[in-house]
Amino acid sequence: MNFVQNFPCFSIVLCMVAGIISTPLKGKGAKRVTLFIVSLVALLSFVTLLYILFTGTGFTYTMGRFPAPWGNELRAGLLESLLATVFSLVVLCSLLGGMDLIFTDIAEDKVNLYFILVDLLLSSLLAILYTNDLFTAYVFVEINTISTCGLIMIRESGRSLIAATRYMIMSLIGSGLFLISIAMLYGVTGNLLMEYIHVEILELAASGQYQVPLLVIISFCTVGLAIKSGLYPFHSWMPDAYGYATISSSAILSSLVSKSYIFLLIKIFYCVIGFDLIVQSKIVNVLFVFGLVGMIMGSVSAIMAKEIYRMIAYSSVAQIGYIYMGIGLATEAGMVAAVFHILTHAVTKSLLFLSAKGLNEASGRKRVYPALQGAAFRNPLAGAAFLIGSLSMVGIPTLAGFISKLLFATAAIDGSQRKMLPTLIVLEVSTILNTIYFLHTVVRIYTPVGAPEEYKDVRIHPTPGRIGALVALILMNFGLGLFSQPITDLIRAGIEMFA
Amino acid sequence: MSRVRDNYENSRFRRLLRWINGETDPLEGKMEMKPLREEELKGESVYDPDRIDRARVERYLDDVERNTEMRAFRVVYRLGSVALCLLLIAALLYAVSWMPAVGDANAPANNEVSQRYVEQGLEEVGAVNMVTNMILSYRGFDTFGETCVLFVAATCVIVLLRRRRDDIEKAKETDWKYEPKPDAILQQVTKVLTPVIFLFGVYIILNGNLSPGGGFSGGAVIGAGLILYVTTFGFHRTQRFFNEKTYDCVKVGALTLYSITMIYYFYTGANGIASLFGTGTAGNILSAGMLLPINIFVGLEVACTMYCFFALFRRGGM
Repeated sequence: MNFVQNFPCFSIVLCMVAGIISTPLKGKGAKRVTLFIVSLVALLSFVTLLYILFTGTGFTYTMGRFPAPWGNELRAGLLESLLATVFSLVVLCSLLGGMDLIFTDIAEDKVNLYFILVDLLLSSLLAILYTNDLFTAYVFVEINTISTCGLIMIRESGRSLIAATRYMIMSLIGSGLFLISIAMLYGVTGNLLMEYIHVEILELAASGQYQVPLLVIISFCTVGLAIKSGLYPFHSWMPDAYGYATISSSAILSSLVSKSYIFLLIKIFYCVIGFDLIVQSKIVNVLFVFGLVGMIMGSVSAIMAKEIYRMIAYSSVAQIGYIYMGIGLATEAGMVAAVFHILTHAVTKSLLFLSAKGLNEASGRKRVYPALQGAAFRNPLAGAAFLIGSLSMVGIPTLAGFISKLLFATAAIDGSQRKMLPTLIVLEVSTILNTIYFLHTVVRIYTPVGAPEEYKDVRIHPTPGRIGALVALILMNFGLGLFSQPITDLIRAGIEMFA
Repeated sequence: MSRVRDNYENSRFRRLLRWINGETDPLEGKMEMKPLREEELKGESVYDPDRIDRARVERYLDDVERNTEMRAFRVVYRLGSVALCLLLIAALLYAVSWMPAVGDANAPANNEVSQRYVEQGLEEVGAVNMVTNMILSYRGFDTFGETCVLFVAATCVIVLLRRRRDDIEKAKETDWKYEPKPDAILQQVTKVLTPVIFLFGVYIILNGNLSPGGGFSGGAVIGAGLILYVTTFGFHRTQRFFNEKTYDCVKVGALTLYSITMIYYFYTGANGIASLFGTGTAGNILSAGMLLPINIFVGLEVACTMYCFFALFRRGGM
């Protein structure tokens, strides 16, 4: 066994250790530990990715002395290690970009708790990506939920407490449905490891046994994870949670947390239930319809939003609609597009949140549009970053968003006849709506006329961390847009490793 | 030609959308939301939504006797939630009726997985208690995760409830003065009971690999003992042996040692390196390798977490 194969396990456990030893530290010490561990995890995940590319196959890793199906197991393929790399880089950028605000927004004696929560959140994200065992996935979904709540409410303003409560209620309903489906799945298959459940389910499907529980399992699991990731009618926690948490939390939550649940759902579709059974059960059509509705309604709400953070949050609702629409196409091309959009959204949404914070600082910390007039001239870097993020979300070539939209459109054309027309029409309409709300904001921040008098002479000089984070995220955006072919090939190979 | 609305905010679609988005304002549609026109603003009375007497309006809104619209909405809302719950219950009951019966020998859950836990657990791991074998060794990663759930839950409660030091100093004047109630019977009973409870908790933890129990249950017993002590004798006396520093030391120490043990276990297990932990003689307390230390670590963490929850809810500090 190659030493590299230990890296997924090491990165999960190291994050937990970092959280644990941050407890007695002061804020500064906890910050150093966290930054070190997050960078280390990014490096380890990248090495794992290279190793899998080099050997050409994924591997499973026995967690302890006993092989599957008796013990726990991790599974690393191309897709898992690619997402782990991107996720840890985005966490690193979000932390660096909002570091000064973490220390001002949060009470001094609680700063180290913030870093504990980030460490544990990252460990749960990695474990959800790598796990090959449904119950382990549930345990880490719990850690993910609780630490997300902590990240929202640690700012201790009234709105963030309400947002955390809302998030918790929605998220616990989702967890409950997911747990019920796991319990029933164990009841009918007698296994918790993904591959073994898959074998049992194929037998059940062939013999026609337990068809009703299977249908309930599929629907509960899908609905539970869809609620947790904020698919359209279950999105009401998003605007407040993203708008009132400290900015690093907003960036991490919007770009990573809901994506990890979507990835878990994709993994369950492929490795646990089997994609043919999922297509037969028609649950993808439900996801497809809600995805389409989300794409439109999220954008409509974003147009109506009166402040910049709510606009970005509602734009997240629309983008999650895109991802579910891609899953709902029920073809491999649609799935590739969905995973690519997960990456696109992860690097773009954190960029947008960090740059919106820069604009907000240049406008006396006001978040409503009239105060933001001409803000891009007061904080040029944030303005440029917001412009690039917006263009990427709208789908301008050379940026990541263009590639995802292209992939969605080609997947729709190659897919089933009945879904092609609705997909293309909604994609068009949603793109136009995206353009309206993003460019309306861009035009406003680049209009010097009528800028509020009191902020006219404000010049914001971003901290080195903010500059580094914004530049890194912009580069990742261009990277995804310009080198899309190798990345889509990678994703396709990763999805084929699932089957 | 359609009528041009000047208050699209109050249109039906906009209200529905706002309700779905969870932005509904309690003042919604109940009063004039349009800003006053320029000529209506006289002197200093600038329009300011915050100045509206919210309390009065909300009282009116909650007054279901008079507010028929609200009453109708509430009825529909409650009926809707009941219907949704009934639907879920029905779906689950129907699905369960198709599931294998409880105790069915041919149920899919009775397969080679549980068979190995039952038949070879003692030989492979070394603890007489096969549940301990399963949760701490076969599925050790899940249990490590669960312990971290406790850790992160305690962290969140601290985020939410821990008061600043000067707040606590202020609270001493009012809240602390009258606490604890000098109740002679309670104090005498606690004096007798607490050592027994602690001893019992330690017994459960140490015998985790021999008899029912283990870190989670033993830790809960110890935590309950601490809570009993603190409610009887107050925080001052408890702080002499258990304050925030001890709490941090115990918790961090236990969790760090636990994670080191687990890393060692995962690393040696996955790479096929012989472990230092033997299985020992079955039935001895010092057997089953790493299970005894893990039980102790888990027990300490659980006891700390329980006490932490109580102390933070009671007075916002340890």
